[in-house]
Amino acid sequence: MAEFLQFAFSGLTVGAVYALVALGFTLIYNASDVINFAQGEFVMLGGMATVFLSLAGVPVPLAALIAVAATTVVGLALYKLAIDPARGASAVTLIIITIGASIFLRGVASIVFDKRFHSLPHWFGDRPLTVAGASVLPQSLVVLAGALVIVVLLWAFFERTLFGKAVLATAANRVAAKLSGIDTGFVVGFSFAVSAAIGAVAGVLVTPITLTSFDVGTLLALKGFAAAMLGGMGHPVGAVVGGLVVGLLEAFGAGYISSQYKDAMAFIVILAVLFAMPNGLFGRTRIERV
Amino acid sequence: MAGWTRRVFAGAAAAALMAFGASAAQAQIKIGAVLSVTGPASFLGDPSKKTLEIYVEQINAAGGINGQRLQLIIYDDGGDANQARTFATRLIEDDKIVAMVGGSTTGTTMAMIPLFEEARIPFISLGGAIQIIDPVRAYTFKTPHTDRMACEKIFQDLQRRRLTNIAMISGTDGFGASMHDQCVAVAPRYGVTIAHTERYGPRDSDMTPQLTNIRNRQGVQAVVNAGFGQGPAIVTRNYAQLQVPHPLYQSHGVASKQFIDLAGDAANGVRLPASALLVASMLPDSDPQKSVVVNYARTFEQKTGQPVSTFGGHAYDGLMILVEAIKKAGADPRKIRDAIEATRGFMGTAGVVNMSATDHMGLDLTAFRMLEIRNRDWTIVPEGGS
Repeated sequence: MAEFLQFAFSGLTVGAVYALVALGFTLIYNASDVINFAQGEFVMLGGMATVFLSLAGVPVPLAALIAVAATTVVGLALYKLAIDPARGASAVTLIIITIGASIFLRGVASIVFDKRFHSLPHWFGDRPLTVAGASVLPQSLVVLAGALVIVVLLWAFFERTLFGKAVLATAANRVAAKLSGIDTGFVVGFSFAVSAAIGAVAGVLVTPITLTSFDVGTLLALKGFAAAMLGGMGHPVGAVVGGLVVGLLEAFGAGYISSQYKDAMAFIVILAVLFAMPNGLFGRTRIERV
Repeated sequence: MAGWTRRVFAGAAAAALMAFGASAAQAQIKIGAVLSVTGPASFLGDPSKKTLEIYVEQINAAGGINGQRLQLIIYDDGGDANQARTFATRLIEDDKIVAMVGGSTTGTTMAMIPLFEEARIPFISLGGAIQIIDPVRAYTFKTPHTDRMACEKIFQDLQRRRLTNIAMISGTDGFGASMHDQCVAVAPRYGVTIAHTERYGPRDSDMTPQLTNIRNRQGVQAVVNAGFGQGPAIVTRNYAQLQVPHPLYQSHGVASKQFIDLAGDAANGVRLPASALLVASMLPDSDPQKSVVVNYARTFEQKTGQPVSTFGGHAYDGLMILVEAIKKAGADPRKIRDAIEATRGFMGTAGVVNMSATDHMGLDLTAFRMLEIRNRDWTIVPEGGS
């Protein structure tokens, strides 16, 4: 039982990060049909910028705020400088642009920061808590709580504010939204900014546990994308569930079956699910009207 | 960036020296290096390049070898084996070098070996894997210790602590997989049983499931982590988080201050084999290696302003072995080869080198020191009777 709980905490912590990356994918996809493969780089930027600001003497909480703000600006810039000018292009072209942007961001980060691994201090110390025989780092709970707060805030934003509804409307039907007076270009830019901010927050939360370097984004983007697909691309709840499921699959796979094929097992399960439910766990079948 | 070439000629001082001793139209001895100065293996190639440049300049300032200046030609392969092969061809055919130091990685080295063997030009590699010198090839040598030696050093220490049952947790990257296999191969010779094996991906961020299994496994007395990069730091942190009671061994792959920084207090009590260079100032004065490593560390740190790394040390060893050989044999590649193979009792940063026709590395286990991390710093584990 202790063992089960240990695996579960491990899976949930890693899964929460995947979930936040998947949420970022979802937001941008909903607003623009683009799958933003630079999403992992936002996580990297959040972590790395905090590390380097704190090395420069800025207190960690302030450094984290600045890092999140800076990453948000990077997200906006990505939209303004790379996505917006190519607005007429097909979704596939835009996706390729985001892949280019991710390579670019990684390259710049390796020069502006460095190529080494870095860590941040744990928020509440690194003394593990014991929960029914499993030892859990307080920071894991911070990651889980942070993910929960972000999900609740997003939910409240979409359900309770007019602008949130405008974003939802854009996601549902861009032309109709435009006709009813919603500035869809602004909505897309906004979704890039929010995605970047979410990614950066994830980076800040998780760096004390997982460490960070200029190239952590690639793998996170891959896992986050898998999570988003598993949950059903474009479905926020699906993204969160998908992220947690991928994390848990990895942890239980490594713990109970074999750590050699840990990644393979997670992906095999995902493939199996997608064969049975091509739109993911929560996805709706799309009806194309001509 | 990786493709651009860089030719490093000796400095103006050396040129002035030449004009001064004008009588002889001084012949130059050309040596080459293909290093991974940029790219993913830059942490290997960059210190090597700086080391070679610093010492070639010193040698020329002191009058060269047997009155001849040393000309060093460095190309950057960016960690790409194909590029390395191209540059090796250029060194052999256009630059007409007499010998070569470098090949930063096992991959680039293996790609270049056939060219140098065919051209019969001695090649001192800085790559890690044992495959470079096993089987022995006539013109190929290497200076870094192998992962097999790291396993043997760890197992020696286990014997001394009377521990026989271990678990291994290894990265699935090249370094982790290779060292894992080497450890499995030499374990029986030290009476060590590997009771349990776990793996992790090189970019994984959480190894608690694997370590939970190791902790719950009956009979395990110690844990060995074969890995490189940030993985071992996370293993060490998770190990402390789960309060696994057994001694933890890391490999020489993490022998840097950065590992201690990343692993933090969790690293206390961790043991690992590492080269003497890392603890240069802590060595007792009676240690025959002390003056070599202290001098190299001081020179490198003064000239570059960066902390010394084992990888630059390997380049120092390679260059010095070559220089000694050229002193004896002159500028004929075949004679240089014979002289390199005849190297005996050379004291380098990696240890005493005794080459032979069957051993083109020439290091033994004294090359490694067993270190223990205490209070975020290295301490040398005394070599009790071995």
